Amino acid sequence: MRFSIYRYNPETDKKPYMQDYDVDVKEYNCQMVLDALMAIKNHMDDTLSFRRSCREGVCGSDGMNINGKNGLACTMPLTSLNEPIVIRPLPGLPVSRDLIVDMSQFYKQYEKVHPYLQNNEPLPAKERLQSPEERAKLDGLYECILCACCSTSCPSFWWNPEKFVGPAGLLQAYRFIADSRDTETNTRLAGLADPFSVFRCRGIMNCVDVCPKGLNPTKAINHIKELMLAETV
Amino acid sequence: MVKSVLGVNHRGLRDWIVQRVSAIMLAIYFVGMSAYILTHPQLDYQTWHSLFSHAWMKISTLIFILALLFHAWVGMWTIFTDYIKQAGLSFLLQILVIVGLIACFFWALQILWGI
Repeated sequence: MRFSIYRYNPETDKKPYMQDYDVDVKEYNCQMVLDALMAIKNHMDDTLSFRRSCREGVCGSDGMNINGKNGLACTMPLTSLNEPIVIRPLPGLPVSRDLIVDMSQFYKQYEKVHPYLQNNEPLPAKERLQSPEERAKLDGLYECILCACCSTSCPSFWWNPEKFVGPAGLLQAYRFIADSRDTETNTRLAGLADPFSVFRCRGIMNCVDVCPKGLNPTKAINHIKELMLAETV
Repeated sequence: MVKSVLGVNHRGLRDWIVQRVSAIMLAIYFVGMSAYILTHPQLDYQTWHSLFSHAWMKISTLIFILALLFHAWVGMWTIFTDYIKQAGLSFLLQILVIVGLIACFFWALQILWGI
């Protein structure tokens, strides 16, 4: 199988370039894109750099652009792709080397939404209880693995990465807004009501299209907008 | 008046509401106007003139134009802040658009009340 992979080493290369590799996927028993990348690194070219860890779609380390669409290399079957398989780093973020991007901007936006439970009521003796219905509201929100596939497929995040929180951050913002145990809902909403943080989302749903966990950030973003509207009318 | 929990900086929400409400107003006028044109296949100058001589028609057209201008402003501002990264140029373009839109408003006023 032929792979065309984005290469860039800032210490030796003036410009990024695409390098072709022909991988015998049967010999190396490759099922997923990550298996092929590992085969290249272990048997053909150990200078190829990429992140990976759990190799089963849980850690979110190996987000990359595969044949023009963001996804996790470890959960993308080779049989679903047309040759040559073109692999590039996640778009819109600075490239550190090859397929490794600098995620600082992404994490800064994540930090902005205070992604942790805030509760100013006295601590109960045991734990803060939730009804099954209240807990069900967090389904489709808590599963995010922060792989950045969604935010780096979003043009609004490309144009304003320092102002627009991005789908991943906003999904997490809504995860805590929707949490019955969190008492800072209004502060959270107020923190997002400027023209950029949430409203730069134009609802094109690239995020929904690429999410490897099948989540729907656009829906969460619309819930945030609706709650803000309800607060002002 | 109830103080909003969203604080003073909720221009994002305001623009978002303006964009949607103005879109609905544009749609209503557009559908109404299309229906009028379709039901008047032999539309001549006299009929068109008498339609616009009514005060209600002038006012609804003016509301349509105001909705169009606000809609255009929110859209243009979004485009400028997305694509024009040079602050001075962005500022200049925004001023030009505002002046242009205000000019359009007075022009529309002059046309409508000149009938």
